[in-house]
Amino acid sequence: MYVMLNEVGGSLFRLKYIKEEGRKIAIETVKEIGKPQADPTDKIDRFLEYFTIGPQSLDPAGVVWKLEHILDVRDTRLKDEVKLMAPASNETQVNNLENTLEAASALNFIYKVVRHYYLLGKKTKNLYVIMQIQMILPLVMREAEAYASALKAFAYGQPIGDGAGALVAAKIMHGYEVRKIEKDCVVATVPYEGRTAFIIKAEGPGGNVGKPGDAVKSIIEENGGKIGMVIMIDAALKLEGEELGEVAEGVGPAIGGPGVDQYKIEDELVKYNIPINAVVIKEDVGDAVSPLRKEEFEAADRALERVKQLVVEKTKEGDKVIIAGIGNTIGIGQ
Amino acid sequence: MSGNQDQPPTRIAWSVVLIVFLTLALSLVALIFSASVLSGFINIGSDLTSAYFLLALGILGIAISGYVAVEARRRMVKMKTAVSPVMTTEQCVKCDYKKVREFQQGDYIFKEIGSCPKCKVNTLMITAIYKEVKEKEKDRYPV
Repeated sequence: MYVMLNEVGGSLFRLKYIKEEGRKIAIETVKEIGKPQADPTDKIDRFLEYFTIGPQSLDPAGVVWKLEHILDVRDTRLKDEVKLMAPASNETQVNNLENTLEAASALNFIYKVVRHYYLLGKKTKNLYVIMQIQMILPLVMREAEAYASALKAFAYGQPIGDGAGALVAAKIMHGYEVRKIEKDCVVATVPYEGRTAFIIKAEGPGGNVGKPGDAVKSIIEENGGKIGMVIMIDAALKLEGEELGEVAEGVGPAIGGPGVDQYKIEDELVKYNIPINAVVIKEDVGDAVSPLRKEEFEAADRALERVKQLVVEKTKEGDKVIIAGIGNTIGIGQ
Repeated sequence: MSGNQDQPPTRIAWSVVLIVFLTLALSLVALIFSASVLSGFINIGSDLTSAYFLLALGILGIAISGYVAVEARRRMVKMKTAVSPVMTTEQCVKCDYKKVREFQQGDYIFKEIGSCPKCKVNTLMITAIYKEVKEKEKDRYPV
């Protein structure tokens, strides 16, 4: 038991260092970008302790809308807090700062949970209490290190691995007229292999995932449901042993997050009987939130080829298709 | 979570450095003394057991202090997260001009950053931002 306690203690020490570094980066970034009149340290410390209570699901009917409402309130509240602590920042910088603070908050939470089990194990001298955290410690440390590198990427506005899907969409829509659609998303109408493609992504280059569910729904409704196919491109978690940047194809909505957007897209597809295909770029949890790697960047071109192939093979000339690039679009314009 | 909370140290503690140096100094004294006895520089009679004992003690002391120093340094290095540089590629939209430089704050993919320094007519654009990571353990588990 003492060997386990010692191991957790060592990792906790490292977690504390990572968390403090994260907090320091967050404070420095807010001071540098936001140019606040007063010291923002207290406000940032309060932000790091911020929590969200999920909706009650004893009666699951309507739980998606309750969850969406809570997430909207949370998003608005966090953005307001960031604007208060960094008054000189523009919209892109507010999004980046929000992402930075959220990563610092995640590190703070991980540290506190590990510390909880460590102290509880010491206090109760119970092997099973300490074993719980010791067994998952390597995974917890990987996640913490991923957030640590995410913090720097968000602070500087660098593209991250999660944005691989948004990058593919940006590559298709670049050079065409772009219009804003629904919440924080953009769409471009592009002639594509003899078809009309509606390319959707979150509005960049600020750190933002938008609401692709609403955007896809809106385009389908605009076209009276006459859409030949929906293709979603996203970054997906790879299994150990799989190559970073491997491109895979499948069916179903390729979208992560709390599930609200996936629900909306599925609902709309069923309503109009529209087929959905997915193209994913494989990466691990660390790569997803740290600066985009060369392998992921190159994979975007291969994903683009797969999308083209899908459109040609599965739709007819003159059809309308929706191509949605999902993910955080930080550091990616359009 | 206030600013005056004690933070994890970012360099080796003075107490560790002091102990390492003290052990190293005592070990060296033991080694020198045993070497003097064994070479006949100091005569303490025919019993050489003490000299061999000091020799062993000196070698052990140096090994232990070396191990503690290396271990303390390794821990400090492990504390810091390795960061690979993020590179930005600038490219002309028409000619073959291409420049790779380190990422600067404000860069984003598809940002137009002025006119091309080569053809002086067309737009220069950021076409790629990524980091290159060297894989250390790529073929460690060939499965």
